[in-house]
Amino acid sequence: MDQVLRLRDVTKSFGQGDARIEVLRAVSLDLGAGQSLALTGESGSGKSTLLHICAGLEPADQGQVLIGGTDIARCDDVAAAALRRASIGLVFQHFNLIPSLNVAANLAFQARLARRHDAGFQADLAARLGIGHLLARYPEQLSGGQQQRVAIGRCLAVRPRLVLADEPTGNLDEATGDSVLDLMLELSAQAGAALLLVTHSPRLAARCDARAHLRAGRLGPGAT
Amino acid sequence: MNRAALGALLSHWARHPFQLAMLLMGLALATALWSGVQALNAEARAAYASAEELLADGGLARLEHPSGRMPDAEFGRLRRAGWMVSAVVEGRARLGQARVTLLGIEPLSAPAGGTGPALAQADLESFLSGTGFAHPQTLAEMGDNGLDLRPSGAVPVGMVLVDIAQAQDVLDMRGQITRLTLAPDQRKGLTPLAELAPDLTLIPPGEGADLAGLTDSFHLNLTAFGLLAFAVGLFIVHSAVGLAFEQRRGLFRSLRAMGVPLRNLCALLGAEMALFGLLAGALGLVLGYLMAALLLPDVALSLRGLYGAPVPGALQFNPVWAAAGLGMTLAGMAIAGGQALWRLAHLPLLAPAQPRAWAQASARARRAQAALAVALALAALGLAQWGGGLVAGFALLAAALLACALIMPVLLAGALALAGRAARGPVAQWFWADSRQNLPRLSLALMALLLALAANIGVGTMVSSFRATFIGWLDQRLVAEVNVIPRDPAEAARIRAFVAARGEAALPVQRVDATLAGQPAQIYAMKDHATFRDNWPMLDALPDLWDRLAAGKGVLINEQLAHRDGLGPGDVLTLPQLGAMPVLGVYPDYGNPLAQAVTGLDLFAANWPDAPVRQYALRSDAPQALIAALQDELGLSSGQITDQAAAKAMSLAIFERTFLITGALNLLTLSVAALALFAALMTLSGMRLVQLAPLWALGLTPRALAGLEALRALVLAAMTMIFALPVGLMLAQLLLAVINVQAFGWRLPMQLFPADWARLAAGAWLAVALAVALPAWRLWRDGPRDLLKVFAHER
Repeated sequence: MDQVLRLRDVTKSFGQGDARIEVLRAVSLDLGAGQSLALTGESGSGKSTLLHICAGLEPADQGQVLIGGTDIARCDDVAAAALRRASIGLVFQHFNLIPSLNVAANLAFQARLARRHDAGFQADLAARLGIGHLLARYPEQLSGGQQQRVAIGRCLAVRPRLVLADEPTGNLDEATGDSVLDLMLELSAQAGAALLLVTHSPRLAARCDARAHLRAGRLGPGAT
Repeated sequence: MNRAALGALLSHWARHPFQLAMLLMGLALATALWSGVQALNAEARAAYASAEELLADGGLARLEHPSGRMPDAEFGRLRRAGWMVSAVVEGRARLGQARVTLLGIEPLSAPAGGTGPALAQADLESFLSGTGFAHPQTLAEMGDNGLDLRPSGAVPVGMVLVDIAQAQDVLDMRGQITRLTLAPDQRKGLTPLAELAPDLTLIPPGEGADLAGLTDSFHLNLTAFGLLAFAVGLFIVHSAVGLAFEQRRGLFRSLRAMGVPLRNLCALLGAEMALFGLLAGALGLVLGYLMAALLLPDVALSLRGLYGAPVPGALQFNPVWAAAGLGMTLAGMAIAGGQALWRLAHLPLLAPAQPRAWAQASARARRAQAALAVALALAALGLAQWGGGLVAGFALLAAALLACALIMPVLLAGALALAGRAARGPVAQWFWADSRQNLPRLSLALMALLLALAANIGVGTMVSSFRATFIGWLDQRLVAEVNVIPRDPAEAARIRAFVAARGEAALPVQRVDATLAGQPAQIYAMKDHATFRDNWPMLDALPDLWDRLAAGKGVLINEQLAHRDGLGPGDVLTLPQLGAMPVLGVYPDYGNPLAQAVTGLDLFAANWPDAPVRQYALRSDAPQALIAALQDELGLSSGQITDQAAAKAMSLAIFERTFLITGALNLLTLSVAALALFAALMTLSGMRLVQLAPLWALGLTPRALAGLEALRALVLAAMTMIFALPVGLMLAQLLLAVINVQAFGWRLPMQLFPADWARLAAGAWLAVALAVALPAWRLWRDGPRDLLKVFAHER
């Protein structure tokens, strides 16, 4: 299978001296195209840090973070941004839509940044996400579930190789959360994207192809 | 409870020291500019009052001869007839290193009440034997002066008080006096003055060229500038207070939730603002005092040059000034913070804090703002149409400027929307949409920038137009190559004969003081000569005016008189002794506060045969040779002779000094506006992270984001500059055509100086670039760390 994400001995710590905390200790994992992996763990276990390192938002202290063969941990700022723009889709708990742009512009934004905008694909995506009738609205005019659908649409519109989702349903009620996750899993799989899902919920984690648990900075049993 | 709540409220400032610094600095600068200008005005006014106080002249009637001098025998004649009069000699003289006004009084007959007689009478013997008084500053300026003078703070700067006999000696006025003052209580049944001294003019108390009246417009201009600077400073305060309230919305909600009543919360915030007002006010007063002390020497020189007003070059501290300044600061703080407090008291605390919701709420405010701008514009039009007087002129100026400032954000929003529609790329689309969304947060600072830029363009255009006109006018007026001041009529006759023998022309300058159309004025004589026919500038004239003037068939008047009394060529003016005379033409007369009329020399000589020749304007092809001959052969001193270049240089120097203060205030106002923009951008940069973080996550680098943030500020500043140009030109037109006419009585043609605008734009652009550099650099340097916090804080 085509490996999209490969982590090798990634370590990360914060602070210095006695206050030094090792958040990640030699973490390694592989994720193939079309696969989904749920990353669970206690609060402060380093899940989000790991996700940020995968996105190139935060540097690792040591180790390799290969995205389709490119080590994003060794990329400078410009190269990391370019890789993120073209290959990575990010979904956050608080949606992080661009408030000054309407839904249509938000959906198209990253795809246009990556010069990969396909109006037909976007329209199809919007229809499948059930937000086709909301295109002219602005983010604050939408409910939480609708905003998260827009965020998923924005992320998938670029046809990313890797989708990184940080508690994407954390701000939604259970029914809305379930339907959003269903869509994300389904659309990611159809697009052949690898999905790394950070979640607290064992119930949601169970719906992914694989599960991994972070404890004291190490990936526990279940890692693929 | 209140203590704990206040502690929580103040803790915001401990966490945001920069914001606190901006708030205090904005308020302090606003106070400094306002109170500095007020200190200058108060000092000058106090000097005028002490000048009048010296002889209690403002409260006494005076007798004067139209020629400006009378024999001192008149004094004895009127005293013998029972009139309680006192003789005064006044004139300008060079004593030591300085030119001063020498005032000679007769202490035994001087009416009580003036500080001058009181000084003299305290040690009468030594005063009569030649000991005079002068201000310590004047003594220092004069240096060794050949007189026996004692220091006294009661004598205004630039004046020397001596016994009348000594003044006559120094001024070369032996046997002559300048005027007689009348004691307020006179015996009954005396022969009327009109019968006793028909040649003398009785001037009632309080009339004549009083300094406070003459200099009012100068001070009003300074006050207007001070007020503008204060308003610009208030924009910073308003912006800082508004953002602090916005940022503490969560804290207010928590405090309310924990049981702090709304009333207490508002009172605590009011107390907090008062505390800051007092702190910043005190700092502003210190800065204002320093600024005034720095500018006062220039103001003093301008006032002395323009009006002969005695103003000291050193500043006194006045507690009333300090209290007024502090009151103004607190009022400004109340204006700036009042809206935020009102919002807190009336808006639900759970109102959406989303940026676009904020922008939409601001859209409503923008509509109200536009309506207010239209109302102000209509008021300005009304004032332009029907208003009269200087106060209405300034009201028109204020309404027009405020209307422009208020409408600018509306126009900017429209321009940004248009640009957004034309944009093609995703980043460009986001850039314009985001700029529009953040416009409300920057609009106050941009309005401050607009006012400062418009003031710079307007005042700069006015000063440059004035300068260009003034230089042209000086060239026309100061045609004579050499000017000579004769010491007495005999010397005047010698000069006239000497110059005529050399085949050169001597044009006499003769004048009498008079009252024209109820205002203090001067009537001058003009010899029929090609110098005037070819060069004398005219604004409006009847045909053949020079022939008619030479034939005594009319008079010329200056623009001031024409404006104040609505006179023009063909109208009739009544002059003392001459009666009704047609006005033949109107000439510009910049820098002179008095009304003026000019008659032909023959007509003047027939009516005022005793008027001395004050000066001769000499025409010569070889001026240096003429000067040498006047000195060698007639024994004239170098102090009596002024060549053309020196006269022009002196006039220009006074002009430049007058507007030096304007230039300094201009620069300070622009600096305050740049600071306002800097404060707004710095505060905004912290709030912007939430909006920028998603773009970083989507693949824009912090460097690109920092560049876009800087570009946004520069684009908005550029748009503001473009808008400031027509506003500034409108301001210039109002200053030239309305304010100057009302204040000084002269109207100037507006000239355009695009090079000045380019320099100003470059300067302002640089100021904005500096203002935006730090927040952009911080975003670039700390971008990933700070942006990551946005995502980290989600959890």
